[in-house]
Amino acid sequence: MAEQILRVEHLEKSYQKKHVLHDINFHVDKGEVVTLLGPSGSGKSTLIRCLNGLEEYQKGTITFEGKEIVPTEKNWQQIRQKIGMVFQSYDLFPNLTVMDNILLGPTKVQKQDKFAAKKEALDLLKRVGLQDYANVYPRQLSGGQKQRVAIVRALALHPDFMLFDEVTASLDPEMVRGILNIIQDLADVDHMTMIVVTHEMNFAQQIADKVIFLEDGHILEQTPSKQFFSAPQTKRAQEFLDSMDF
Amino acid sequence: MSSWTIIQQSLPVFIKGFELTLWLSLIGIIGSIIVGLIVSLLQYFKVPVLHQIASVYVEISRNTPLLIQLFFLYYAFPVIGIKFGAELCGIIGLVFLGGSYMAEGFTGGFNGVSKGQMESGKAIGLSRWQLARYIVFPQGFSLSVPAMAANVIFLIKETSIFTVIAIPELTNTALDLIGMYYRSNEYLFVLVIGYAIILIPLSIVLTLLEKRVRYGSFGN
Repeated sequence: MAEQILRVEHLEKSYQKKHVLHDINFHVDKGEVVTLLGPSGSGKSTLIRCLNGLEEYQKGTITFEGKEIVPTEKNWQQIRQKIGMVFQSYDLFPNLTVMDNILLGPTKVQKQDKFAAKKEALDLLKRVGLQDYANVYPRQLSGGQKQRVAIVRALALHPDFMLFDEVTASLDPEMVRGILNIIQDLADVDHMTMIVVTHEMNFAQQIADKVIFLEDGHILEQTPSKQFFSAPQTKRAQEFLDSMDF
Repeated sequence: MSSWTIIQQSLPVFIKGFELTLWLSLIGIIGSIIVGLIVSLLQYFKVPVLHQIASVYVEISRNTPLLIQLFFLYYAFPVIGIKFGAELCGIIGLVFLGGSYMAEGFTGGFNGVSKGQMESGKAIGLSRWQLARYIVFPQGFSLSVPAMAANVIFLIKETSIFTVIAIPELTNTALDLIGMYYRSNEYLFVLVIGYAIILIPLSIVLTLLEKRVRYGSFGN
């Protein structure tokens, strides 16, 4: 049996009166790529934000690399170095150059040797085709370039697990492919374990080992990718797939 | 005597007043920035007890007129045995007033840093302190520049109130001369010019600074 890297059990989340996640249970194996699909407002983003402590949850447990997470801010600070996250809105730090954006985590949080970290950052930038942009500020980059830097920034910490939260949703269509290729490459070459929230159905189909389909904060099904796209178990998932253009 | 002669003769006295206004403003502004910074940091880090005290200070300072604060310092404090010279009173009053305005300016800047910035900082494992040091403060300070600029101008103009405790700054000089020689038009003219010489160039410089910060390396 493959090694489980993440296990979520009976997770419940609500904002004041509004219950947004109901009894969420799933696990992710090492090297597995899970895509989280579902209509807008189904709780996909909220769910993956819970997985690195950006959202509090009221009940349930998250076990990461065999240890149940005690959800204090201090613990999350440690765990976040192992769980990289990339956001829809890139959120590069505008006051720092591309290189300093990337180095902040490795050198200040992890105290990596600056020289080695810099060399590695350059290699990563090269990998995403941005080796000439190390010393520019984020405002000088296009959306697609910003997002690539954001991915590099997350990878520079050597995470064991990556979360991608609709990372292509605010990009121009011609930029989308480049970002998806990078994620695909991470899965194929690095065997990175990841959860990908996306509305790009073709991409989801291509990359996912497993699909988790979420609606109104409930997991309606979790199925191997092939099966999900050819013969989903639930009527809702079928309707969802029918409504998507791919 | 012609108006020009009146003005010419009064210039040496006015220059003294002008220098005093500049000097008091400078110390007052520096003091205000220091107090404002301390207060805003106490509030940002929610330092127990001290941040509540800071909030009370901000409320008192912002919701009482400088005129009354000066009367208090100059006339009421001596009653309980605390006595300052007029100029020291003026500076303390200005810093007491300006500190809260500056604090609000800094706090506004810190709060203006977007949630996305905080989250992406957290996502790479930054601690609360590192988040403040590398993300919130650098961005917050540049966001607070327009408020700071407005406060600097405001505080310089507020020094004209020092006349009520007989500090011989610009306004006091003019009022004194008018009292002695009854040439209001001339002296008020010099007074206006005096303030304009300080404030117009300063205002231009500050506007340039704001633009630089907005379009400079911190722009998005």
